[in-house]
Order: sequence, then structure tokens, then C-alpha cells
Amino acid sequence: MNSPNLHPDRRESAPGGKPPASSGVLGWLSVLPPAALTIAFLFYLPAISAGEVLRVAYDWVPSLDIRLSFLLDGLSLTFALLISGIGAFIALYSSVYLAGHTHFGRFVFYLLFFMVAMLGLVLADNLITLFVFWELTTVASYLLIGFDHAGAKARRSALQALLLTGAGGLALLAGLILLGFAAGSFELSEILTQGDAIRAHTLYLPILILILLGAFTKSAQVPFHFWLPNAMAAPTPVSAYLHSATMVKAGIYLLARMHPALSGTEVWIWTLTIFGAVTAVTASVIALRQTDLKLSLAYTTVMALGTLTMFLGAEATVAVAAALTFLVVHSFYKASLFMVIGIIDYRTGTREAEKLGGLAKAMPITAAAAAAAALSMAGFPPFLGFIGKELKYEGALAIASEPLFVASAAVLANALMVAVAGIVALRPFYGRRLETPKAPREAPLRMWIGPVTLAALGLTFGLMPGLIADSLVQPAVTAILGRPEEVKLALWHGINVPLMLSLLTFALGVTFYFFHLRLRGMLSWVEARLPTTGDRSWDAILDGLKSLAAVQTRLLQGGVLRRYLFVTFASMALVLAATFVVTDALRLSFDWSQPLLKHWAVVVLIGAGALMTAVVTSRLAAICALGVVGVGVAMLFVMFGAPDVAITQLLVETLVVVLVAVVMLRLPSLQQEAGPRFRRLDAVLALGVGGVVSAILLSVVSGPMDRRITGYFEDTSVPEAFGRNIVNVILVDFRALDTFGEVAVVVVAALGAYALIRGTKRSRPQPEERS
Amino acid sequence: MNSLILGVATRLLVALMLVFSVYMLLRGHNEPGGGFIGGLLAGVGFVLYTIAQGPTAARKALRVDPGTIAMTGLGIALLAGVLAALDGDPFFTGQWLFLGASEGDKGLPISTVLLFDIGVYLVVVGSVLTLVLALEEEV
Repeated sequence: MNSPNLHPDRRESAPGGKPPASSGVLGWLSVLPPAALTIAFLFYLPAISAGEVLRVAYDWVPSLDIRLSFLLDGLSLTFALLISGIGAFIALYSSVYLAGHTHFGRFVFYLLFFMVAMLGLVLADNLITLFVFWELTTVASYLLIGFDHAGAKARRSALQALLLTGAGGLALLAGLILLGFAAGSFELSEILTQGDAIRAHTLYLPILILILLGAFTKSAQVPFHFWLPNAMAAPTPVSAYLHSATMVKAGIYLLARMHPALSGTEVWIWTLTIFGAVTAVTASVIALRQTDLKLSLAYTTVMALGTLTMFLGAEATVAVAAALTFLVVHSFYKASLFMVIGIIDYRTGTREAEKLGGLAKAMPITAAAAAAAALSMAGFPPFLGFIGKELKYEGALAIASEPLFVASAAVLANALMVAVAGIVALRPFYGRRLETPKAPREAPLRMWIGPVTLAALGLTFGLMPGLIADSLVQPAVTAILGRPEEVKLALWHGINVPLMLSLLTFALGVTFYFFHLRLRGMLSWVEARLPTTGDRSWDAILDGLKSLAAVQTRLLQGGVLRRYLFVTFASMALVLAATFVVTDALRLSFDWSQPLLKHWAVVVLIGAGALMTAVVTSRLAAICALGVVGVGVAMLFVMFGAPDVAITQLLVETLVVVLVAVVMLRLPSLQQEAGPRFRRLDAVLALGVGGVVSAILLSVVSGPMDRRITGYFEDTSVPEAFGRNIVNVILVDFRALDTFGEVAVVVVAALGAYALIRGTKRSRPQPEERS
Repeated sequence: MNSLILGVATRLLVALMLVFSVYMLLRGHNEPGGGFIGGLLAGVGFVLYTIAQGPTAARKALRVDPGTIAMTGLGIALLAGVLAALDGDPFFTGQWLFLGASEGDKGLPISTVLLFDIGVYLVVVGSVLTLVLALEEEV
């Protein structure tokens, strides 16, 4: 698979071994919002643990049932705490990591913007609100991944993430709207109670596919997984944040949130299980293959996402509890390991696995944090990771449909995880001391406090699982399953099958670790021989799209005005005529006694003008003849009692004649351009368009007119809008918004034409020699 | 264009047309007229001036760049909608004020609808002149 070789982040701030410039007040200020939010969310913990569900709603677009409503239950609180808590550590960490960076202020803004979007997403109770925040996270992650915008790699990765998750977002929008209609409400709290009705609905399958597309692209499931490792182009704190607690978990959150409404069907179970299992195993194999520590971790994130998806496919309480516990475990160890790797990179100048070793002496605190996080990741007791892993095995065995498949996928992925944990977090710190570009020393407090705290939390919760079991895991599992559940977490379950599987995992994992160099060689060999990878296919798709655009542009935009006009009018005539035939709407009854002599006179005038326009050889004469046509039409308006329209027509006609006359002075004379063949074609086209339009008008007037709207305007114009000129009252009052749109178009058109005229003037080298 | 007759006549005509355009604008709510027609009339007036005196003189007589006029008009039209929203009504609902109204006499009506029409007037004048002046200067 793909293995982008990433350069360590550029940090303009820390040249050589010099202590970095301080990030100043802003660095500290940026910690405040996430820290305050964490504390605020902690205050809700007792209420949520007691099984309460809090809602708050504001009207947004009431006519469309769109409300700015938020919901706080076990699931959203778990996510909210992870997002704001880890956000606080990341902000603190960044204030050193990116200290003195020219765009540090911008970075802080992006980071907080992202955090707010993510919080909005997990707290939203309205489908549309949820979608809006979903898209905001996409935009924010685009900005964060492309933060180092001078680098082509960062730009490409950012765009890839944006396009892929954006496309998924569109699918999600469609899915959510369908879901809203199927459930008869856009409020999640109502939808989630109607699971049976939704599953029985005819639209269930489209809804499910569309929502899964959104979740799978966001949460990097195979085959959409390749954007996530590429997103490592972002500065390390961003990777720690986006890939531990947040962005990529948005898809998982969605699956968990929709669980009561959509889960339980065959399609749900099989899709999630298979995609999740394939993702988990593929990603952990690729993770072993990487030499860049950060990339290796990125692939383990994909593995974790796959595992979570796989377990959310299940209905069994213990499987869902496993998913949720693993989610928390993963957030703790992944965020701290990313930050550790950032520290290594920051202090040694490299993060290539093969160049690092024996750093523990120089950076003892970091080494301790890394060890604790890695042990949790590998699932050794007494860390929370162990509980998570035991639960996973228990959950896998409890999955009724295919326990063997899920369990073996879980064992394989976990064994590989053990190996990767060793490579990422143990090898750099122990063993032979290797020379690094920079002499390593311990990181400042603001950098190690995050990893140390998170790793310590992994240990604390492992020793005392009761701390989170009742307060968070149980309410969250209740929210995911939509029914009250009892969840118990414990380190020791007795000697049972999960424990045996754990021992098997350790044995396999340690074996993988010792042979990982040879395995890596084999994997590279295989990778070099793969026909294609996700990343390369992506490029192929984008290139194909560009060539397609180029081809169709060349085809449609030939640059010949005559052809444009011909195509436009010909398609208009054909489409209208076809509509006539299909709908059988042609009615050609006409009362010949109706027109008076004066009407006939004007008709003759118009006809003569049109004929003259077509046959004269002088442009000026043609324009004047065209003016005659326009004036004739204006006279018709006067005769049929539409003075406003008549005046407008007359004035516009005057202006058009002036404008065209000015333009004509620069054009060659008539004969040079159009040969007789073209003129015959033009005549056919003109007659065709004229004939179709006349037929339409005749058909329209032959039927009875619906006068309800006219009547409404006549009745309300004076009492409600205080105006007797109905045309103008419609323009400026009843339909003011339409008029506003029209005048905006007028301005834009004028400015566009102005730019065109001026642009051609500048690009012309010299006044033409002819003329 | 060097035509003495056109030059002299234009001075009188343009002044008349501009006054008439404002008249058309103001009476538009009850009689034929309004912002579109008024704006077109004023536009035609300035086009006449441009033909007689040349685009440079027309720009000087206009004092303000036509693009600015159009954008100002758009802003004024938007303001008319925003004022209604500020009042708590749906966007672009007409807001009316009858100055000195008494029994049997509705007084002088002032409204956001008129403001909107003035915006339309300015947009049309500005857009037409942006185009015509650019084309005239081009030739």
C-alpha cells in the first residue's frame, strides 16, 4: 500500500538547539477555552451518570423543522470530554511545539475552530445541525492539514482529505434528509425511538448506504483509508488531535449515534463487520511496514477505526461496551504517543525508526509516558488497554453471526498492534544509543504534561475501572443501544476464553516484534508488486476527471460566437418542440376576428422590420430595422394596457441600438463573415425558434387563464402595499426579493462585461492596421 | 462627435431627462414608472450626453464612477430589506411611515419600498453607464 515518505514538520521556530521563542500570552490563552469546557462538561457527569438526558433547542429554520438543538447523553458526553480534554493538552503542547511560528495565531484559531465544530457535531440533536458541524470539521481539518501551506505535499494531502470527506459529506446529507423524511422528524431524540419503523421503511437501504458512505470516508475505512496517513503532513499536534480523539472518530460517533435507528439488520451487521475487519487487519499490516514512526501510528489509527466499526456492527451489549471502552483507551494512548513522537522529532530532529535508539537516558519522563501508553496500546495488564482488549474478545465471541471471523480478525490486529507498540514506543528509548541529528534532551513541562497525564489516566482507569464504568461507559452504551444496559469493567475475569486469546495475542505480538525487520522487508517486496494502491488510484481518478473536463470544454467551448448562438437556440427550439410532442400540449385555436386593424398594422410593421434586418447588407440599417421590431412590440404592449412594460421596452430598445451601434463600428462588414450556406441554416433556425415560440404562446392563450394570483394582487395592492400601479408594487414589494436578485445580476453582468471590454483592450498589442 | 446642434440640444435635453427620470421614479408606485424605468431614462440621458460630448466629459459630468453608483444602489436596496428584518418582519416587508397624516389625508408616505426603488434606480443607471462608457472609450 501507499507509504508517503514524510519529512519531519518544518519548525521555523527552533533552529539548531536554541531554546524556542515563547509563544507568549496567546499560547496560554489558547488553553483556556478547552480547559474551561472540560470542567464545564465534568459538572454534567453526575447527572448523565444517573441516566439523565439533557436537551436544549433554539429555532433556526422552523419552517423546515431545522432547529439548533443539542443533546447531552452518555455518548455525547464521552466524546465531548475527550475532545475538550485532549484539546486542552494539545493547545498547551502546541504553544511550545509551534512557538514563534509566524502563523501561530492562525494555528490557534484553526485548532479552536476545529474543536468547536467537533463539539457541535457530537452534541447536535438535529440532523441538519449535525450535518453543518460535520462539514465544519471537514473545513477545519482541511485548514489544519494544509497548515504548512508552502509545501506541495501538505496542500495535496489537505485537498485529498477535503475532497474525500467532502464527497462523503454530500452522501451523508442526502442520507440524513431521507432519514428525516422516513422518520417524520429531524430531531435525533425522536428518530432514535423509531428504529423499527425506519428499518421497515422502503428507503432504509438507500439511507443506510448514504450514511455509511459519510461515516466510512470520514473514519478512513478501506478503501477510503489512504487520506488519513497522508494527512500526517500536518504538524504533529494536529495529528495527535485529529487522529486520536476527534475528526476521524466523527464517523464512529455517527455509527454509534445511529445505532438505535439503523442497526440490527443483516446489511448493517455484515457491512460493518466486514469493512471493519478488513480495515483493521489491512491497516495493522501496513503499520508494521512503515519506518516513519508517525506514519506507523497513523495506520494503527486506521486499525482502531476498523475495530470500532466492526464492533459497532454488533447488537450484543458486551460488543458495544468493548467498542466504547476501546474508543476511550485508544484516545488516551494514541494522543499521548503522537505527542511523544512529536517530542522525539522536536528534540532529536528525526522520527525514522531505524535511526532512533537509547533515548530513555536523555528523556526519562517522555520515555516513561511512552512506555505506559505503549503498554496500554499493546493491552498489557493492569492498563485500561487490557480491559479494552479482554472486552473486545468477549464481545467478538458474543457476536452471534460470525464469532470466529471477528475474533480472529481481532486477535490478528491486536497482535500486530503489540508489535507496532514495541516499534514505536520502546525501540527508540531502549537498546543501543544511536546518533541523531540533534543531541536529545528532556522536553519542557508543557510538552510532556499531556502524554504523561493521558498515559497515567490509562493506568488509573485500568486499576480502578469502576471510575469510568458507571459514570461514562454505561450511559454511553445505553445511548448507543437505545435501551438501559448494565456494564461492568474489571481487570480480572477469571480464566476464560478471552484470557487465553490475550495470551495468544501476546505470544504472536512478541514474535512479530522480534521478526519485524524481516517482515517489513517482505511487506515492502509485496507492496512494490501491488498493481495499484488507493493513493495511486486517487491520482488516476483526479487526472481522469481533469482530462474529461478538458475534452468536454474543447467540445462545447469552441470559442466561435456563431456556433454558441446556434447551439443555444437550436437546443431551445428542439427541447421545446419535444416537450410539445411528449405532453401533447399543442392547441392552435385562434379567433381571427379578435385583432383589429391597428393590431394588424403593428404586426405588419414588426414583420417588415424583421425581414429587413435579415436581408440588408449594412449593419447600421440592420440595427435600425431591429429597433423597429422592438418599437412595434412596445406598441403592442401599449395597446394591451401594459404601459410600464411598454416604456421599459422602448427604453431598452433605444439603449440596445446605441450599444450595438457602438460595437458594430469595430466589426468587419457583413458579407465577409457568413456565406450563403450559413445564411440558409440561420434562416431555418430563425423560423424554427419563431415557430415553436409562437405555437407555445398560442397554446397558452387558447386555454382558460388562472386568475387567482392576478386577483390576489388586484385585491391587496392598495390596502396592503399602498400602491395603485400593480406592476411596480409587485416589483418593489410583493416580489422585492426577486427584484433584488435581478438587480444584483444586472450589476454583476455589467461588471463582468466591463472586465471583458477592458481586458481585451489591454491584451491587444496595437491598434489594428486594417480599417 | 462634433455637432453644434446636438451639443446645444443635449444640454437642455439631458437636464430635462434627468428631472423626468426622478419624476418617473417617484410616481412609480401609483402610475406607470418606477425604479427600472427611471433608471433607464437617466441612463439614456447620460448616453446622449456621451454621444454628444464624449466619454471623458460624461465621466466628468457624472462625478462618480458608474460602478460605484451601481454598487451603492445594490447596497441601498439591501438596506431596505434589512430595515424590515430589523423591525422583526420578514426580509423585504414594506415599512411605511405617513408623515403628517390626519383624518382623511394620508400625509406624505415614506417607505422602505421607495428606498428599494431608489436602489433599483441607481443600479440601473450605474450598470448601463458602466457598459456604455467602457464601450465608448474602447472605440
